[in-house]
Amino acid sequence: MAVVGSMSRISGLCRHAVRQTAALKTPRLLQRRSFRVTAVQQQQQPFDSSLEKPQFPGASAEFVDRLEFIQPNVISGIPVYRVMDRQGKIINPSEDPQLSKETVLNFYQKMTLLNTMDRILYESQRQGRISFYMTNYGEEGTHIGSAAALESNDLVFGQYREAGVLMYRGFPLDLFMAQCYANADDLGKGRQMPVHYGCKDLHFVTISSPLATQIPQAVGAAYALKRENTNRAVICYFGEGAASEGDAHAGFNFSATLECPLIFFCRNNGYAISTPTNEQYRGDGIAARGPGYGMLSIRVDGNDVFAVYNATKEARRRAVAENQPFLIEAMTYRIGHHSTSDDSSAYRSVDEVNYWDKQDHPISRLRHYMTARDWWSEDDERSWRKQSRKTVMEAFERAERRLKPNPELLFTDVYQEMNPTLAKQRESLFRHIQQYKEHYPLDLYEK
Amino acid sequence: MAAAARLFIRGAHSTLAMSGVGTGKQSSLLTLSAGCSSRLKAQRHVAHFTFQPDPPTTEYGATQKMNLFQSITSALDNTLASDPTAVIFGEDVAFGGVFRCTVGLRDKYGKDRVFNTPLCEQGIVGFGIGAATAGATAIAEIQFADYIFPAFDQIVNEAAKYRYRSGNLFDCGNLTIRAPWGCVGHGSLYHSQSPEAFFAHCPGIKVVIPRSPLQAKGLLLSCIADNNPCLFFEPKILYRAAVEQVPVDSYTIPLSQAEVLQEGSDLTLVAWGTQIHVLKEVANMAQEKLGVSCEVIDLRTILPWDTETVCKVTAAAPAVTSAAVV
Repeated sequence: MAVVGSMSRISGLCRHAVRQTAALKTPRLLQRRSFRVTAVQQQQQPFDSSLEKPQFPGASAEFVDRLEFIQPNVISGIPVYRVMDRQGKIINPSEDPQLSKETVLNFYQKMTLLNTMDRILYESQRQGRISFYMTNYGEEGTHIGSAAALESNDLVFGQYREAGVLMYRGFPLDLFMAQCYANADDLGKGRQMPVHYGCKDLHFVTISSPLATQIPQAVGAAYALKRENTNRAVICYFGEGAASEGDAHAGFNFSATLECPLIFFCRNNGYAISTPTNEQYRGDGIAARGPGYGMLSIRVDGNDVFAVYNATKEARRRAVAENQPFLIEAMTYRIGHHSTSDDSSAYRSVDEVNYWDKQDHPISRLRHYMTARDWWSEDDERSWRKQSRKTVMEAFERAERRLKPNPELLFTDVYQEMNPTLAKQRESLFRHIQQYKEHYPLDLYEK
Repeated sequence: MAAAARLFIRGAHSTLAMSGVGTGKQSSLLTLSAGCSSRLKAQRHVAHFTFQPDPPTTEYGATQKMNLFQSITSALDNTLASDPTAVIFGEDVAFGGVFRCTVGLRDKYGKDRVFNTPLCEQGIVGFGIGAATAGATAIAEIQFADYIFPAFDQIVNEAAKYRYRSGNLFDCGNLTIRAPWGCVGHGSLYHSQSPEAFFAHCPGIKVVIPRSPLQAKGLLLSCIADNNPCLFFEPKILYRAAVEQVPVDSYTIPLSQAEVLQEGSDLTLVAWGTQIHVLKEVANMAQEKLGVSCEVIDLRTILPWDTETVCKVTAAAPAVTSAAVV
């Protein structure tokens, strides 16, 4: 292959923009894990203008003497990798990860438990019990499939629609609820809006509202983990809308140039609040941007939990082994509204939503796979639904009864240490509350 | 003729090479005609102040003559030597930096610890936040403070709030951001800015500005050691102009502590960075010409600032706050 020939001539890692889907098959030179010397030095071959080959430091492709613009390939762009069809049947048996019954049942139970928790918490917002909520309907496969493919201590940077990753890792219902209710059990001390989860023990970095800010942060974390040499990876989740942010471009570029072991996982669910993808981008989605940065990329069926699992597993293995980033674009559909502040019937049809809910849902596709193997019966389904609803309701009731955090926590953790200005503000607040205590619902708060 | 003379700028060795790169020899293209008097020669004016070094001290051990950029290099050298997780990154830091603050560090400590990033300030700071969160001592360089604005979201919405919003589960206290700061005479709009005011009311970060090499090294080492994200602005006009005896080993100067440089009873002058040296002259002039006794305070840390020192002093003498003017 001409590609390999020129690569070996430059004797190094000459990354060049790949225009076609063949990029996915072009093998990068496999390296054992080590710090690769930056490509800059290898690109500086001696100048020889007797050769009819470009000598530019910026790109070393061949000359061409015909004027032709490269067509962006959006009609038959990067194909969508899947393992199961929409009825849960394996298409190519060699791609079946052949996970154990126990593992697959766990996938199913985690996806459905998430779905149940979503229903109850969404409803609790409608009833005025919590202030805000975001559901994960339709995207459960992207969470569970990817989370299952990681090591438990890989670091996760999320956007806000990845609660299933946390659930898969074992974050208890009580703590999900505590954060949504901002009660005294919340690990975040009640400071953020609902669904801004975080858990240090489960290596899930606390969610923040600004979009895409986590992307370059994930790259920096991956670089630090690479230097630590502990074989840990970083995964960074974001939506196709957030991928338009400058921070996304920054993160992609840095991860490739600085050779970081991380996975960029884009949940392309068709909408950024009300903005459909054809108003978000004109290229071939997010996966097609990867090669532009020198990154290995793949597009997968996000509603196929095995496809998500396979892609993430392989990307993780290679990211750590070869110190390079991978981009996975998981195509899916946001069945729910953007949040409780949104009514999506204002910008999309109920028919469209119903198609995805009824005919291409990650939970039902996995259930079909399970029932085809007699791993799950109608009785199992009924009793599991009943049990999961019961455990969610019990956690919900406990969370409702719990007191809110001590108001003193308004003033801590601004800096690691308290400082005189904050201490003065705290004293001032407490004096005020003491004087006007009948105006403040102090009984709701821990002392 | 006069116009041609005005073009003859003192010290401009590299003007008007007609082809290729300068050979290093003085160009003879720009010669004055016989009729031009040297009195018409335009001169760039030198700085409007004199750097006033502090008296040498043995408080921190053996010292060496260093200018400001060398004192920064020394602080970074000490840090990379003692902290194996420390990394320095930004635009052009690998070859030594556009102000030579990182000269020699890549060769000494390795390509994985002193490295260039792509040209993207929001990426530099975001990357730094992530590295700090994962446990590395991250020292990010923004090439000029004027270019810090793309990183404003990462600094204010992310770095400053990381610890608070996570309930202290996560933090980026290991992050220090350094940037050349302030007027330099010819920098115009985009190489002269003093943006500390944009950050001065952002709880969660610290903002520090030294007046001299001795202060710079100690304050920078404090910022690096501090477990909160810090912005460290370095007065670029002082990089070469300020020379002092600076300790070779590590030492720290406390943050959030203003320093009273001279006492006075009528008026308090508060400043930071370059303007300290201006105000010292001003204080002398005020005494001589107006008989006014001025207190001069170097704030050093802009956020959180030392209200106690300034307010205590101000109780004795009214305050005038001044800063470097672009």
